[in-house]
Amino acid sequence: MAAEQVGIAGSPSAEAWPAAIELRGIDKSFGAVHANKNVDLTIAKGSIHGIIGENGAGKSTLMSILYGFYTADSGEILINGKPVRIHGSHDAIAAGIGMVHQHFMLVEPFTVLENVMLGAEGGALLRAGAGKARAELQRLARDYGLNVDPDAHIADLPVGEQQRVEILKALFRHCEILVLDEPTGVLTPQETGQLFQILRALNARGVTIVLITHKLREILAITDTVSVMRQGEMVATLPTKEATREHLAELMVGRKVRLELDKTKALPGAVRLSVRNLTVIDGKGVKRVDSVGFDLRAGEILGIAGVSGNGQSELLEALSGIRPLSSGGIKLCDLEVSPDTPCGPAEVREHGLAHVPEDRLRLGVVTAFPAWESFVLGYHGDDEYNGRILMDREAMTNACGKLMERFDVRPRDPQLRCGSFSGGNQQKLILAREIARQPKVLVVGQPTRGVDIGAIEFIHRQLLALRDAGCAILLVSVELDEVMSLSDRILVMFQGRIVGEVDGDAADERTLGLMMANAHAQAEDAA
Amino acid sequence: MEELWLQAVSILAATLRTATPLVFCAMAGMFSERSGIIDIGLEGKMLAGAFAAACLAVVTGSAWLALLGAVLVGVLMALLHGLACITYRGNQVVSGVAINIMAAGLTVVLGNAWFGRGGQTPDLAPEARFMPFKILSRESAYEIPILGPLYAFVIGGHNLLVYVAFATVPVAWWVLYHTRFGLRLRAVGEDPKVVDTAGISVAWLRYRAVIIAGLLCGFAGAYLAIAQNAGFSPHMTAGRGFIALAAMVFGKWRPWPAMFACLLFGLLDAIAIRLQGVILPGIGQVPVEAIQALPYILTVVLLAGFVGRAMAPHALGQPYVKER
Repeated sequence: MAAEQVGIAGSPSAEAWPAAIELRGIDKSFGAVHANKNVDLTIAKGSIHGIIGENGAGKSTLMSILYGFYTADSGEILINGKPVRIHGSHDAIAAGIGMVHQHFMLVEPFTVLENVMLGAEGGALLRAGAGKARAELQRLARDYGLNVDPDAHIADLPVGEQQRVEILKALFRHCEILVLDEPTGVLTPQETGQLFQILRALNARGVTIVLITHKLREILAITDTVSVMRQGEMVATLPTKEATREHLAELMVGRKVRLELDKTKALPGAVRLSVRNLTVIDGKGVKRVDSVGFDLRAGEILGIAGVSGNGQSELLEALSGIRPLSSGGIKLCDLEVSPDTPCGPAEVREHGLAHVPEDRLRLGVVTAFPAWESFVLGYHGDDEYNGRILMDREAMTNACGKLMERFDVRPRDPQLRCGSFSGGNQQKLILAREIARQPKVLVVGQPTRGVDIGAIEFIHRQLLALRDAGCAILLVSVELDEVMSLSDRILVMFQGRIVGEVDGDAADERTLGLMMANAHAQAEDAA
Repeated sequence: MEELWLQAVSILAATLRTATPLVFCAMAGMFSERSGIIDIGLEGKMLAGAFAAACLAVVTGSAWLALLGAVLVGVLMALLHGLACITYRGNQVVSGVAINIMAAGLTVVLGNAWFGRGGQTPDLAPEARFMPFKILSRESAYEIPILGPLYAFVIGGHNLLVYVAFATVPVAWWVLYHTRFGLRLRAVGEDPKVVDTAGISVAWLRYRAVIIAGLLCGFAGAYLAIAQNAGFSPHMTAGRGFIALAAMVFGKWRPWPAMFACLLFGLLDAIAIRLQGVILPGIGQVPVEAIQALPYILTVVLLAGFVGRAMAPHALGQPYVKER
């Protein structure tokens, strides 16, 4: 409690009790991108400090500088009041900083023990260190409830446990400051709850915790102090109890945002997409989608919730004709797709299915292409874009420019390289391309991943408008809030199967969370 | 019956000799590739090592100095590969091919310039070579049951480098799985970012791995030039570096399986030598070329069909770039 006071009170008492971390004037550019602009930040010892900001606001860069992954162009870092030079992760670890990365820093074929020991082996031979590491892992498991089998291979562990290994790695190196970068992105709500319990336990034992996130709810749930970053700058630091969702969102975006959507009741029409017993087996022989079946009607949004990696990607790819079906069938309007009558993406598209892919940089746009070229991809055979022999460049550029206007893509320049647009604007460009031809069915994956709040608002409104215009929309997202606020019906996927269906209005986070972890079935198995 | 048995043991003994350079190179490749650096330049490093060994043996008359020279040249070439791939993040296959071409060209040109025999080095005296030796005579070996005859006909009577080659396998296994260096090496080949964030230098680890590869290739080269043969002749490695690479892939980047793959290729080679000019019932005389092609055909068949999914280190071939 005292520590929290110090952080808020500011410099006079902070000198008496030095801050765990103090960053002064941190500046960092990557080429033309100014990722951190003269950032100052003070984190009180023993506090839980949240850093919030949109994607690309510079949070991760700042923490990577603190952890020695990048070197700042200028600025100072003080740990416990002493200036330190951090040239590499080695220096950061020596200074007592531990980091849980957004993409876990674990060697997948290694065991938990090997991962924990890597870099802190305790001698040139492994045998001596392994015994000590085992004992230490047991102690940590006992003290903090961080139970993981030391001999399990990382690749076999669920994401939640992999994250625990990341935390264990940091604790094994005696970290006093633990930085977590977007730790809840891959967790179910229940796992998030468990993570927060662990963080509180660590905090109670004096570990300073820095939590980086773009989720307002998490900041309000667990932090003592919150700092807001916007476009590379630190725009505010305030005690969490004085913060509200609306205020924080406004600070993040720089203008007033409406967090609630106006959604009218859906008026479902005829079945447009009907999926029966769909099974997809991948190249490794793993069943990714397992006997999935559902009907999607005109004028409704069907949401698919689930922790990432439970077959949603493969389902999307199967529906859009990218991945062959192993068994079962899809009926799209009057087109029948089955393993014996496969259909490529072009044919599926001709029958009225538009696809906004999950991974827009891999499947959505070609980053090296100018906007208008990416904009015609997939529709480049259309008559309106083609002359007698050559493609009609002017028609394509004009069409692109017109839709950039309508979908508010900034900057409004069809000649600009796709890679130079922000995530939100790339996404709007793809959405424009796919929606422009008034598809009968729209299949959308992660429509707002890596997209700023302003664009999220816009994209959500576009999807609702499309629904009201009678399009059938299948929405796949790992953001539970997004699925709940947009969908009329929600299906939950777990290990390739559909494990539950909930009405959009009746959905609550707890129920969905339990379904996402398939806790219901597991409880039955146990009984 | 007696004769068939003699044939068999002599083929086995020859297998050990033909497999020796493969084992050295396969272990070399394993260290390099486990660190994430593709080592297609095994052939070139071995060839350069062979040339260096032969030259030094001619000049100094000492097999040991020749071996040292071969190792140094191997390491030097490896460092060149490291500089291109690790420091300058170049394409690892291109750099490896460059090393092979450079070695193939330079050895002939320099050999011609220095000795003027069309690239060959003068024949070496036995003192300047590693010669076969025995610690037991054939008669005394027969006294020991089972192992004795095995020693007398198969294991015994090779030169020192054959034994060194097979000793590198358990050593490589132990280093890889039981030392800190091995743990880090395996990790850096899987995911260099993990190693970096654990506070370990990726570049230094990878440099050590390619240096070990160069050293072992030097041994392989020395074996060819001053142990198995009595001098260097142009292109004497004859694709053994690639066969070793294939054996390592066949062994899924693990020391023992890679060694067995080397023995298999060695066996084919030994049989090929033995079958030359032999008339087989029903087939007639087997063309030498067909037999010599066997190891290569086998490589293709094995790699294409029987290995299954080759479990390459995950980060193999990708330069480590930290900043975006």
